[in-house]
Amino acid sequence: MNHHQPDLDTSPEVSDEIRKTTCYMCACRCGINVHMKDGKVKYIEGNRDHPINKGVLCAKGSAGIMQHYSPARLRAPMKRVGERGEGKFEEISWDEAFDIAAKRLGPIREKAPHKLAFFTGRDQSQSLTSFWAQQFGTPNYAAHGGFCSVNMAAAGIYTMGGAFWEFGVPDWDRTKMFMIFGVAEDHDSNPIKMGLSKLKERGAKIVGVNPIRTGYNAIADEWVGITPGTDGLFVLAMIHVLLKAGKVDLDYLMRYTNAPMLVNMDETSNEFGLLLRDLQGQFMVQDRVTGKPAAFDKKGVKPVFSGEITYQGTKYTPVFQLMTEKYLSDDYAPEAVADRCGISAETIHRLAAELAHVAFEQEITIDQPWTDWKGEKHETMTGRPVSFHAMRGISAHSNGFQTCRAIHLLQIILGSVEVPGGYRFKPPYPKPVEGHPTPHSSTTPGGPLNGPHLGFTRGPEDLALNASGTPVRIDKAFTWENPMSSHGMMHMVISNAHAGDPYKIDTLFMYMANMSWNSSMNSRGVMDMLTDKDENGDYVIPNIIYSDAYSSEMVAFADLILPDTTYLERHDCISLLDRPISEADAICDSIRWPVVEPDRDVRGFQSALIQLGSKLGLPGFVNENGSAKYADYADYIVNHERRPGVGPLAGFRNKDGSGKGRGEPNPEQLNKYIENGGFWKDHIPDEALFYKPWNKAYQDWAVERGIFDKPSPYLFSIYVEPMQKFRLAAMGKGELQPPDHLRAQLIEAMDPLPVWWAPYEEQGIDCEEYPLHALTQRPAAMYHSWGSQNAWLRQIHGTNPLYVSGEVWTKHRFNEGDWAYVTSHHGKIKVPVVRMDALNPNTVWTWNAIGKRKGAWALDENAPEATKGFLLNHLIHELLPPKGDGLRWSNSDPITGQAAWYDLRVKIEKAPAEDGVSQPETPAQASPVGQGPKDIAYGGEF
Amino acid sequence: MHPAASVIIFTSLSGLGFGLLFFLGLDRPVVSGWVAFTFFLIAYALAVGGLLASTFHLGNPQRAMKAFSQWRTSWLSREGVVSVATLLVMGLYAALLIFADIRIAPLGWLGSALCIATVYCTSMIYGQLKTVPRWNMSTTPALFILYSLAGGALLSAQLPFALFAIVILTAIQILSWARGDMSFSQAGHTIETATGLGALGKVRLLEAPHSGENYLTREMVHVIGRKHGQKLRVIATLCLGIIPVAMLLFFPVNHFSVVLIIILHVIGLFVSRWLFFAEAEHVVGLYYDKR
Amino acid sequence: MTALPQTTAKKLGLVIDLDICVGCHACVINCKEWNTSNYGAPLSDQDAYGANPSGTFLNRIHTYEVKQPQKPAQTVHFPKSCLHCEDAPCVTVCPTGASYKRSEDGIVLVNESDCIGCGLCAWACPYGARELDAAEGVMKKCTLCVDRIYNENIPEIDREPACVRTCPANARHFGDFADPESDVSQMSAARGGMELMPEQGTKPVNRYLPPRPKADIHTDGDINILAPFLEPVADTPKGLLGWLDKALEAL
Repeated sequence: MNHHQPDLDTSPEVSDEIRKTTCYMCACRCGINVHMKDGKVKYIEGNRDHPINKGVLCAKGSAGIMQHYSPARLRAPMKRVGERGEGKFEEISWDEAFDIAAKRLGPIREKAPHKLAFFTGRDQSQSLTSFWAQQFGTPNYAAHGGFCSVNMAAAGIYTMGGAFWEFGVPDWDRTKMFMIFGVAEDHDSNPIKMGLSKLKERGAKIVGVNPIRTGYNAIADEWVGITPGTDGLFVLAMIHVLLKAGKVDLDYLMRYTNAPMLVNMDETSNEFGLLLRDLQGQFMVQDRVTGKPAAFDKKGVKPVFSGEITYQGTKYTPVFQLMTEKYLSDDYAPEAVADRCGISAETIHRLAAELAHVAFEQEITIDQPWTDWKGEKHETMTGRPVSFHAMRGISAHSNGFQTCRAIHLLQIILGSVEVPGGYRFKPPYPKPVEGHPTPHSSTTPGGPLNGPHLGFTRGPEDLALNASGTPVRIDKAFTWENPMSSHGMMHMVISNAHAGDPYKIDTLFMYMANMSWNSSMNSRGVMDMLTDKDENGDYVIPNIIYSDAYSSEMVAFADLILPDTTYLERHDCISLLDRPISEADAICDSIRWPVVEPDRDVRGFQSALIQLGSKLGLPGFVNENGSAKYADYADYIVNHERRPGVGPLAGFRNKDGSGKGRGEPNPEQLNKYIENGGFWKDHIPDEALFYKPWNKAYQDWAVERGIFDKPSPYLFSIYVEPMQKFRLAAMGKGELQPPDHLRAQLIEAMDPLPVWWAPYEEQGIDCEEYPLHALTQRPAAMYHSWGSQNAWLRQIHGTNPLYVSGEVWTKHRFNEGDWAYVTSHHGKIKVPVVRMDALNPNTVWTWNAIGKRKGAWALDENAPEATKGFLLNHLIHELLPPKGDGLRWSNSDPITGQAAWYDLRVKIEKAPAEDGVSQPETPAQASPVGQGPKDIAYGGEF
Repeated sequence: MHPAASVIIFTSLSGLGFGLLFFLGLDRPVVSGWVAFTFFLIAYALAVGGLLASTFHLGNPQRAMKAFSQWRTSWLSREGVVSVATLLVMGLYAALLIFADIRIAPLGWLGSALCIATVYCTSMIYGQLKTVPRWNMSTTPALFILYSLAGGALLSAQLPFALFAIVILTAIQILSWARGDMSFSQAGHTIETATGLGALGKVRLLEAPHSGENYLTREMVHVIGRKHGQKLRVIATLCLGIIPVAMLLFFPVNHFSVVLIIILHVIGLFVSRWLFFAEAEHVVGLYYDKR
Repeated sequence: MTALPQTTAKKLGLVIDLDICVGCHACVINCKEWNTSNYGAPLSDQDAYGANPSGTFLNRIHTYEVKQPQKPAQTVHFPKSCLHCEDAPCVTVCPTGASYKRSEDGIVLVNESDCIGCGLCAWACPYGARELDAAEGVMKKCTLCVDRIYNENIPEIDREPACVRTCPANARHFGDFADPESDVSQMSAARGGMELMPEQGTKPVNRYLPPRPKADIHTDGDINILAPFLEPVADTPKGLLGWLDKALEAL
């Protein structure tokens, strides 16, 4: 019979207009095309021209419509009318909100600015928020890096002036072997997927090192199901094998690292363990020809890598020899670490061999002449095409800093950083420690802080300690307990403020950080601290101001709410002063702009902060006559100058838009960005594309673009000298001395060469009682707690089971649909279990931040997120189990203070299913925005 | 498959109705006037009621007329066309019989043939589906027709025929359960063929696409416990076959016992029809690792 | 009409590369986002913020674990949408003619204004590719973005299905399987593109590229052919440093 089919319009009009802005469904910052129809958002797709995502868009980004129209959006400023934690509020005007805030904050600033603790969460405007806090004068400012991944940032900067995170990127187009450690959907999500795809296309080998085989590890050509917390040991064993076989890039080590530098070996010296310098402060090496020490960069000097030299009566040994002696120890032999890591010695050998084979037998050469900073010309660029990436799984352990350093050391001895096929930095990186500020914490009532809060300590003199040795900061960052806590320690703020240790504060001011729920260790404890009252019936933490766009769990605990906008309603800048969106080949930054105007009485937090700043008369936010300097964030983005000619946005500076990186403010700058698709991009010259830390063309270009004010070449630090300075103090040298109970920890932890120790939690508990490691991973389709208010995303992950290995499943005789009690040294939860075989046998895990408090996020109180969903956070404590010495030991990395939430150890037992509700159950909070509609059918109107 | 009330009522009642019409078309029992009216009324109530019930599961019943258009390819469309034709033919036959007392026997025979054709079409809506191996068997049309004939015979008090039909029906029903239990594995569908991943090893579902239910899981991934199913099969066999046969053979036949037999048989019919849906395993369940 | 066309000029479909799909659900949501405001009725969500949220999706990702005895298990992410079968059983069962397969390109579509929502086509589909929208009562399915691929209002480079355009891992490819020279045909031929449930006889157009063999599963991972390459140059630090001296001299 005949085939008939209807006429179809295959060319319907898609939209009235496309507005190009930047996504904020996670921290990836992809460019998006927002299709507008009848003034509403119809469709969001990736921007093909954008440097980050080149047109693709993930599930979260595509679900942006549902986030933008979320029923959980706050509607107006609110003040608390019930008890803290209840969620009862009264809507007020912005004028009243600012009055309330200013009346509280003004007097604090005049008398004791440290009584304000201002901490921001997943904030992408830290250059503004830190500037504001500095002008306010409180030392208590940080973002959330301390519980996020400071270990990665700090280890990277101290070692090589750049880091994993999004500070750099594997050379996806050239690398031939790629190892990825401990990465789920962390930084940098879409670029990693795009990169892996490129590797697959070229047949490059991908090795996934992760206890859990999901996501990227699922598609890796080889999965190494390592035991959590042992990556450092695994990497050092590979280094052992490579050193033993002489498979190291000596030329690279000689030219670009401190491997040949001479270390003072005289234990009696006050400079024991420090590097030998000449009178000009230049590092010295032993010259092969003369046998004498000479400045390392003196023309014709060829350094010795081994042996011992006596100079002016002191013995010195090159870093390389110390390194070799350390890692050739049998302690690092694959056979010695295999059981501990859960990886066979043969596999460790083989992977090391594969790395060496690719690095040294498959090197690549690019015909691109370049000149190094000493003026030496090179005809080609040689690459060792092995590359690495690592994130959370490395970071969130109490040995994370040194483990990350170990991975960098492996990269460096293979000569694979900043070379073709290796790991490449994105401007403004590379940027050595010397290019970063030191921490500042000196307060003056009524005046600004003496400098930026966060930075990189070079030695004990940079710690934030009072003369009496007590911490200056409420989070105790930059103290002997964690001397290199470069991102602050947001996770300690509430517990320290509650304990009044080191002092009591008045106001806790937070932005976009769900501290009462999934962004804290010990969620229940934090809720109790936030609601605890003193003997007078006053809250122990007297005043809490919070800004969020949505009705999160944290909203319920605030006294004053400043409602933020959605990401489509706001101005933002993804700034080179913060964490920009650059590529390895180009410098880039971008903006958000209101593609839709808010239909509620809300303001972008940054605008509100600027307005509050002017009301308080903060320097930098008011003119000489006291009038507001900036109307809002857009005004600030365009007109603020951090240094003359350098502002939040680098593109289209000067009145005519010609300025790149430097130039006077351009009133048309935002429009130029909008015309350009929401971003700005400027290519690095070809001769400057690799060897950036040592490449003259790059250094000159970076100065032109305002990244540095003068060329700043540097060497990679295999040996991190600042660490030794803290060790020297712990050995009793110098005026600044740590408390006695921390000396041993400092000497062990602040080893200037990468080292491994067992995660602290397992050192303090009975591992036979708590035999399992418990982890969380971020699902690709959800971002922290935000996804659950999203009608589309919550259908994908509305509940989270605990995945247990086949071994654990069989041992405990679990069946489909079973529940289990999971117990740590700190707490006990009841959760549904699911079997997973592609899992390290001693590991259990779940998706993070799916569990919700009843009443939050405009969800039904019986939402599966609130009944079946759960958090592992209840099992984790910010402190280690008591050691019997009467001291508080924090559950964190002893170098950076990074929260060690992956150190968690648990035991598991079968539980009755009963009503099928996970425990603990937290009573509901009232919803200030009601509950979302029953059914939706978005898009019918178009 | 989800045992929706609408389809169970539809197939059961319309089967009974067309079964009764089948006998009326053959002039069994021989009736006329008000008695004929009553019989036809019951038959039409069952057949039309069943057909109407089927529209309850439609998303857009107002467009139901469109379903008559695709009789060339679609069994569902054919069922619609043939059932309407049957009702029209039998309507004419009945009207003449009741109101004019004229019996046109060939018209009745045609109507009876159409009744069987209708039930066959109904059965093929399910029997055609390769996706549900338990339905995709020759016993499916046989069962539907036998249920229709047995029920029709009871309703029309054709007891000797009813006895014969019920015995055959019971045997085929048991056979169909037995064969049905093996049908899925015999069809060769596994999670490995569904995913194509068999070459890599044994496949199991780790994570469903969405953490909650969806249309597919509600409609096609319904699973009932084996023990539960066995109990219901025994109940169905007793009600639809064994007890009625025993009563017909060993008990005195009177109005009361016939009504009791009909009630029991219809209960058996509903239970077995519920099982027909509930035990049917759709191959899409493989993707959810529920087979 | 529900008869299938004898032949179709093109056989448009997707190649889905299971070797690279990381299971991120980007395709799932971008598909939902495009299709909820384009072809036909919106893809509704019931109890959207409630206890049992459930909505219409045209593409969903399952995650499987595959295991051989004594070997580590492997995780495979598995996106699934309409396969646009050549012998589409969903089309022929349709009583109203709402379901049809386009003769020009082989896309299987539902003409929603003719759909009575009987659900029989969903039953006839082995793959779970069709979902009845609970709000509109009409059958929804992948349209292969028929309103994108020929759409003269969008740039030519974007004239591909939304799921393909958005996929961050480039695991999805769109093209004409009737043309043996097309990328999708070539890719499928080179990598052993699979039909799902071939025993159903539906002749699916979409092809799945199987995961490539994994080093930790499919090879004897611990036999190290590169072992000689890592022969120690010395067994002690001292010996090593002697070697080093020579090596440095050579630089």
